[in-house]
Amino acid sequence: MSAITHSDEIVSERRKRSVRRRRRLGRLALPTYSWLVIAYLVFPIAIMIFYSFNRVIGGLQQVSFSWNGFTDQWYRQWSDVPGLTSAFWLSIRLALIATVIATVLGTALAIALVRYRTAKFHGRVAFEQVLFLNIAAPEIVMGASLLGLFVTLNIARGFLTLVLAHVMFSIAYVTVTVRARLSGFDRSLEEAAYDLGAKPLATFRLVTLPLILPGVLAGALMSFALSIDDFVTSNFVSGSNPPFPVWVYGATRVGIPPQVFVFGTAIFMVGIAFAVMSIVLSRRGVRKN
Amino acid sequence: MDQSVSADHPGRLAARRPSAGWGKRLAPYLLSLPAGVWLLLLFIVPLATLLIQSLETCSPVTGACTMTWSWGELPHQVSLYHQQFTTSLIFAAIATVLDLIISFPIAYWIAFYGGQRKNFFLIMLLVPFFVSFIIRTIVWEFILSENGVVLRFLRHAHLISANFHILGTSTAVIAGLAYNYLPFTALPLYVAIERIDRRVLDAAYDLYANRRSAFARVILPLTIPGIFAAFLLTFIPAFGDYVNQEILGGTSNTMIGTVVQDSYLVNFNYPAGASLSVVLLAISLLGIWLYARLLGSHTIEDYL
Repeated sequence: MSAITHSDEIVSERRKRSVRRRRRLGRLALPTYSWLVIAYLVFPIAIMIFYSFNRVIGGLQQVSFSWNGFTDQWYRQWSDVPGLTSAFWLSIRLALIATVIATVLGTALAIALVRYRTAKFHGRVAFEQVLFLNIAAPEIVMGASLLGLFVTLNIARGFLTLVLAHVMFSIAYVTVTVRARLSGFDRSLEEAAYDLGAKPLATFRLVTLPLILPGVLAGALMSFALSIDDFVTSNFVSGSNPPFPVWVYGATRVGIPPQVFVFGTAIFMVGIAFAVMSIVLSRRGVRKN
Repeated sequence: MDQSVSADHPGRLAARRPSAGWGKRLAPYLLSLPAGVWLLLLFIVPLATLLIQSLETCSPVTGACTMTWSWGELPHQVSLYHQQFTTSLIFAAIATVLDLIISFPIAYWIAFYGGQRKNFFLIMLLVPFFVSFIIRTIVWEFILSENGVVLRFLRHAHLISANFHILGTSTAVIAGLAYNYLPFTALPLYVAIERIDRRVLDAAYDLYANRRSAFARVILPLTIPGIFAAFLLTFIPAFGDYVNQEILGGTSNTMIGTVVQDSYLVNFNYPAGASLSVVLLAISLLGIWLYARLLGSHTIEDYL
């Protein structure tokens, strides 16, 4: 008896020591290293924000990486480069439209995949594989193949082809995100609604949707971020009015107007705001539960 | 009376629930139809078009392309651009391995010691994604340029000679790839490490494992599927990338993505571009197939 407690003590002592040792590693070397990696990730962004306040000397209004003094000129004249501003608004419109369509289609598909097993949903496995292939395929192949299709069918490249393409590559991400949140969904809540006389549509609106909304929102955010930052596919399928990343890429050959960094900073700030919001919301959700 | 009500009751309930009938049976198909049609017409059909286009052959003299139903163009293009394929493979592989080495410790740290601030650190890993990919790469171009922050500092400290440069070299391209795709590696690794059951680790310590052997014989084997998933999720996009090379690289280290893009957008040689794309896709699928074969217990999607 005492031998057992004794060995238990040894074990727990040893465990404590190992935990302590792990803590020591966790307290010094790893955090230092991790913060260095984070600094490395943030470094170019800091440079971008910093140089969006850089004065430009000389005739050409282009970003240069010698520091010429502080100015807020580019923020005041943010819309002075016509092509850039219209490209930016085009990107915003494109991302909003693509996000709405992709979120609706992707969510519906996610519900079908989670709810119905293979016996009741023939083609479920095929769907899974297509989604997977869609996520794993190199983007350049998808862009090139879309261009081949549009040219074969004689479809003029423009806003429509951009929407078609952006929805196509967003659906799978929305579906995967929503499905992850749906898998813990308690179906008896829906059955309770039916028992109380709710019609399917009312049940969806009043019970299902509020419950899966965090997942749907996460999917929508993902879709928006993918769309607004997409270059490779957009470069293949955009016409004479390119979206923001394609415009900026084109500008690298002739010189980048400082306003590009202003837009970059603005997009970054909005993205961070959304991220912080989602953290706060998920914390609140956890507390509620 | 009483009995008939109770007998009637469940029946009426069942009728109210849309469990029987056409609606229910059709539901999965109706729900998946719009997304299915969209993916069929704009993902599957284009890939089929790509395959068919790669079966055409172009006359080197007139440039006119005809359907020959043979893979004639494919080996031709591969032999023309095998150099670019090799460059892409090597650059993407080095960048991915660098990313694995860089992100493993931080993923480990967040998973094991992140505590309450896990979400905050995960967002920090994602921070590069909040700035456009193109802008990120342009900023690196400036950082690494002759008069950029890094080289000026190093030159000032006499750590490098006056004519040392990075921009235009393979090093710059690999560095750019490694930076831009780091989150693709770090997040799957985090998911894999997070999943490890802590009790298994405690058991290892109870069995007198020291830290090194616990890592080598418990943590590492359990994260192998995650490491492979992270490798694929980083390697595949890096392999097809050409933005980093075009902005940070020189003329000697062209990657295959540039060739594909130029075939389509500059030379309008679609069969050539299609053939190269088919090879690119085949290499990516080979990696995924290997993954499924060797580590089929988890799908890569689990790590997204």
